[in-house]
Amino acid sequence: MAASCDSLLPLILLLCLSAQAVDRSNFKTCDQSAFCKHQRELKPGQSPYRALLDTLELSDSRLTLQLINDNNKVRLLLELYRLQGNMTRVKINELKPLKPRYEVPDVLISDPITEALSVVAQDENSLVLSLGGKDQRLIVSAQPFRLDIVEGPQVLMSLNSRGLLAFEHLRARKDTASHTGKEEDKPGMWEETFKSHTDSKPNGPSSISLDFSLPGVEHVYGIPEHADTLKLKNTDGSDPYRLYNLDVFQYELHNPMALYGAVPVLISHSTDRTMGIFWLNAAETWVDISSNTAGKVRVIPQTDVRWISESGLIDVFIMLGPKPADVFTQYASLTGTQSFPPLSALAYHQCRWNYNDQEDVKTVDQGFDEHDIPYDFIWLDIEHADGKRYFTWDPSNFPQPKEMLQGLMDKRRKLVAIVDPHIRVDSGYKIHNEIRSKNFYVKNKDGGDYEGWCWPGNSGYPDFTNPEMRAWWASQFAYDQYEGSMENQYIWNDMNEPSVFNGPEVTMHKDALHGVWEHRDVHNLYGLYVQKATADGLILRSGGVQRPFVLTRAFFAGSQRYGAVWTGDNAAEWGHLKISIPMCLSLGLVGISFCGADVGGFFKHPSAELLVRWYQVGAYQPFFRAHAHIDTPRREPWLFGPENTALIREAIRQRYALLPYWYQLFYNTHRTGQPVMRPLWVEYPDDVATFSIEDEYLIGKDLLVHPVTDEGATGVTAYLPGKGEVMCFSTLNGFLSLPSLKYFLWVSHIPVFQRGGSIICRKDRVRRSSSCMENDPYTLYVAPSSQGSAEGELYIDDFHTFSFEVAKQFVHRHLSFSANTLSSRNLAPDSQFSTASWIEKIVIFGGSQPSSVTLKNADGTESALEFEFGSTLAVLTLRKPGVNAAADWTVVLR
Amino acid sequence: MTCVHLLLTLVFAVSLGTPVEIQRPRGVPLTKKQFYVENKPFTCLDGSRAIPFDRVNDDYCDCKDGSDEPGTAACPNGSFHCTNAGYRPMFIPSSRINDGICDCCDTTDEYNSGAKCENTCKELGRKEREVLQKMAEITKEGFLLKQHLIEEAKKGQQEKKSKVTDMQGNKKQLDEKVEVLRTVKETAEQPEKEAKERHLKAWEEQKAAIRLEKDKAKMAEAFFVSVSELQSHAELDADADGTLTETEAQGLMGGAEQVDTSTFESVWPNIKDKYHSEVSREEADMSCLPEEPAPVETPPDEVKEPVVVNDSEPYPEDDISEEEDEDDEDEDDYHEDDDKVSAPPTIKAPEKSHEDEEAMPPYDADTQALIDAAQKARDDFEEAEKALREMDDQIRNIEKELSFDFGPDAEFTYLYSQCYELTTSEYIYRLCPFNRISQKPKYGGSETNLGTWGSWSGPENNKYLLMKYEHGTGCWQGPNRSTTVKLTCGKETVVTSTSEPSRCEYLMEFTTPAVCQEPANTDLSPHDHEEL
Repeated sequence: MAASCDSLLPLILLLCLSAQAVDRSNFKTCDQSAFCKHQRELKPGQSPYRALLDTLELSDSRLTLQLINDNNKVRLLLELYRLQGNMTRVKINELKPLKPRYEVPDVLISDPITEALSVVAQDENSLVLSLGGKDQRLIVSAQPFRLDIVEGPQVLMSLNSRGLLAFEHLRARKDTASHTGKEEDKPGMWEETFKSHTDSKPNGPSSISLDFSLPGVEHVYGIPEHADTLKLKNTDGSDPYRLYNLDVFQYELHNPMALYGAVPVLISHSTDRTMGIFWLNAAETWVDISSNTAGKVRVIPQTDVRWISESGLIDVFIMLGPKPADVFTQYASLTGTQSFPPLSALAYHQCRWNYNDQEDVKTVDQGFDEHDIPYDFIWLDIEHADGKRYFTWDPSNFPQPKEMLQGLMDKRRKLVAIVDPHIRVDSGYKIHNEIRSKNFYVKNKDGGDYEGWCWPGNSGYPDFTNPEMRAWWASQFAYDQYEGSMENQYIWNDMNEPSVFNGPEVTMHKDALHGVWEHRDVHNLYGLYVQKATADGLILRSGGVQRPFVLTRAFFAGSQRYGAVWTGDNAAEWGHLKISIPMCLSLGLVGISFCGADVGGFFKHPSAELLVRWYQVGAYQPFFRAHAHIDTPRREPWLFGPENTALIREAIRQRYALLPYWYQLFYNTHRTGQPVMRPLWVEYPDDVATFSIEDEYLIGKDLLVHPVTDEGATGVTAYLPGKGEVMCFSTLNGFLSLPSLKYFLWVSHIPVFQRGGSIICRKDRVRRSSSCMENDPYTLYVAPSSQGSAEGELYIDDFHTFSFEVAKQFVHRHLSFSANTLSSRNLAPDSQFSTASWIEKIVIFGGSQPSSVTLKNADGTESALEFEFGSTLAVLTLRKPGVNAAADWTVVLR
Repeated sequence: MTCVHLLLTLVFAVSLGTPVEIQRPRGVPLTKKQFYVENKPFTCLDGSRAIPFDRVNDDYCDCKDGSDEPGTAACPNGSFHCTNAGYRPMFIPSSRINDGICDCCDTTDEYNSGAKCENTCKELGRKEREVLQKMAEITKEGFLLKQHLIEEAKKGQQEKKSKVTDMQGNKKQLDEKVEVLRTVKETAEQPEKEAKERHLKAWEEQKAAIRLEKDKAKMAEAFFVSVSELQSHAELDADADGTLTETEAQGLMGGAEQVDTSTFESVWPNIKDKYHSEVSREEADMSCLPEEPAPVETPPDEVKEPVVVNDSEPYPEDDISEEEDEDDEDEDDYHEDDDKVSAPPTIKAPEKSHEDEEAMPPYDADTQALIDAAQKARDDFEEAEKALREMDDQIRNIEKELSFDFGPDAEFTYLYSQCYELTTSEYIYRLCPFNRISQKPKYGGSETNLGTWGSWSGPENNKYLLMKYEHGTGCWQGPNRSTTVKLTCGKETVVTSTSEPSRCEYLMEFTTPAVCQEPANTDLSPHDHEEL
């Protein structure tokens, strides 16, 4: 391709040429967003809202109460629910809205199960409700209205304690007959202009706001997606954190600007308690965080949080913990857990915008074999389609897609092709014609099909909020519809914020229409629906048999159910490598475990050092994909000299060896909602020193990673929590047991440590792809705690279908080591699956040399195992137990 | 559990029609058979330890060097040998054993994976022999052609060298000639200059006398001027408001209504610069002649760029990126117009230029003779100098050509000043070896420079397998375009393909006999590739 930008539209050119860094003027500040500005002008003080206790209605599961705003006499309806699993739901809507306000559908996996609320005390100004055991109470104060959740004498959380509840009721325009004329109009209420775009705001003001106070809390996390620290910052002197899915060209680090996805979930943590606030609203949202300890010492800490959304209603889930794991369980019970990906999706992905043609794909595929580097997926970006008409193939560069896919299948590898939600307006394009004829496009404010500019030029945007549209979309992935597709082809949804090059803030006009709802109401939900419809399509095409794999850029609460996300268009800079850790940790905290950043950085050209370091980081992050912008030089792993090739190969091979652990963790998160990639404080909640750490993290609870993210670094200083429980686990062959020290200096390898007290299963026979390793034997790495015990899990299934779920076809073993006895016990007796895999080796660290080792099989037979003991590192290696990985067995050291 | 009990394998090699059975552990090449002796302890090939023979290929890695598991995937650094009877034996990494993918054409790597592999060795062997045969033919013919190329190049080089020597001799003569002619010219120019100056001076004096007389005559014509009479001469209007008022006229006339001859002499200097006589005013009104002669374009210097042989389409010096397409076209148009304008230079007669002054009288015969002589000397000198410059250019060009690295035997010489094109669906690519590479859209649009000649950049053992062209047109937000040309042996000199593996980094495949290696004398029989 000789053309760079000139073949694109003038507008894109403009975008491309804008600058090296983000053009901030393209995106609104709070001051430029009328509702945020108005809401933020409201300062803490006495709330004008009063609860009308005489309107109380209490059923088994629900309490309702009217609130009145004494300034304008508008009444609101408050609903309180006690939810199963230690949660409280607070809903506030207008008692009689002029028209219905948007209530977010499809995010909760079901109606949350309620538990009985009971009034335990009441006087003329308050009401005390029992939230069940442990002395937990919900106190409703009438005037001014506020809610306090207490446990015994301790206030856990207060709502409207700063009087920032503000609910803009729907009203008629001044110039209409029904206007009552009580309130003054403020600028931006009925129309608002940003740059050249005017938002017609036909429904007028509709924003909502509520404050939450968290006494005793200094650390809050979550509300992704921001390119910022793990621990959220005080926003008093800056803009609030913004949640509004946007395609931000060359985003900057360390600021509260909105990015591609939004999950309105905030997690608070202190040594006493971990809690969560889930603000279920899909409109543009801003979150202010204010901490009384900022710059002060020795005060009783408190963090205040204020949520502001442009429309919809207040619907908040308060997750009361008390432990981090409880909050994750609580949130998972509301929005579901991470989808369980096929094993290969956890392996290494090779992407580039763009692999030019079939020959290129073949050459890259061969390159991996020539350099003995494993990979599972090769990816095709937008250039693979015929004129950016997704679901098609460029006839000159990809004339025989099935031949290409078959070639990959012969190598037991797979492909991902991009399918974006903007549809080229072209009467010769089947997809467009069908969407138009079925009236499935989003409409503009005047009722015509909404059109905007994106990669193909003028494009329509299917209304993914429409379930019929989603069903139709899903059907397009059928092998007979999507010509040239095969079962080893998976899908990538990009630009689904949605990105509209010529729209306000590079996205859709807020007054565009999705059925009766404005885009304003549903904006942050659009990307979730795109991914959902696509994942549904992949399931459908396989007759419900195969697990899908879909990558998305935009996301919302609940997106975890549909696949993986990545941190969008980052850059080949050390800062971007570093920020990938807090960005993915933040996502993990709010349910989205399958997260990764473009290895190497999307924009710009990485140095060999940066690329190597990035591979070393990526190998230890959940979604492991290299990607590059079309204008960057090629950077396949073997293009940086033999030494760097070897380092990259080693990083990727470590990933493959640890795939059994990753797979088991994804099974675990699928079952329980516990994040795969965890901040240290999640496992060490009492260790205050861990609360702000974001340069190291845990994978599950047993691996600690402190990647090298600094240029020229010859070592890292790793914080090892848990008093000497952790030992080094760095290369495939080298181990080093550590004294109970806090710091460890590392030189050239990946600083990864295995927790003492854990057993990790690996497959050390690394092959070309994860599929090639399915039947390979396992090696168990046992790192006993200071008490000499350890435990771990092993999970095995067919690695790609739903049989584990629908037919309980899996192996789930509990491995435990104590008193010199290692045994494997069945964790799921009602499951069944036969595996060819066996246990080839057991490695035990830090013990002493036994005199004999005996293997006891389930049938009672015994045999002696040979072993080797390396006294320098105190590593005991048991030779070839040979037992099947699904069997019961015991090994005794004497 | 996958226990591999098959320790030994029977290998059948068909050679000369006699089947031979050779026993050795799976995955061991014949050359290492002696290290694997059944029922004797096996010593790892790195000597690190000895193990019982039943632990060879028992699917557990005992040797650090992987040598105990030549036939299983147990060792991370092991390798497996396939005999591939009928084709070529090869080693594959142990990790490819039983991975469900057929790597060895004899299927021996997939003995326990369930993969359905077919033995394709014979077919592959046949195909390879065909290819090798074809290659051998091409190489043979190509090598012959190469010999010619070398001969011609050497001959050409000799010719050029001797030509340079000749020319340098000629140049010396020319140098001398130029110096002689310069002296002649300078000698002739001195008297010319003096004669011309004399002539000019005489004429200047004559002109001054004439002017004086004219002045007097004009005054006489203007005499007897009254205020009203003077008012008809608007050209004398002092405030330039278009009319010469009575007061203004009086002012010019020194305050008087009328003047006599004596007073007029004092008035005349006030008005004579502006005064038009009735007659001359008419002329002035009617005349559209410019005051100065139109500039005459001198014909462009005859010096031309050195002409490169066989390159009929010289490249523009600067590349214009695609973004500037339109401007570019405009510019082209503009240049065309320019050419048209400058084509026939119009020369205007200088005599008409100044009404007041008469033309200088022609030189007298003596002066003219001196001028003619000087002009001839100048012409002779310039001609000689031009010839010298041309010769210099020619010498420089030949020397430049001779300075190129055209390969160890100058076999690439023939590519110099040639161009080769390849047309793809979108573009026409043009490779001019040792010069530059360009890309031009097939359906109009300007040309993009993909790089100018940089250097040979093949591997150390043969740098002449790759050419690097660099510093082409810049890419948006990216590097300057560059191209690597990969040379392979072929009978013909052709660009066979182009691609852009990385943005703005092109790869061109190019066949030429110049890289054909001398064919090995050995006969390429299939048996050479078969292991016994």
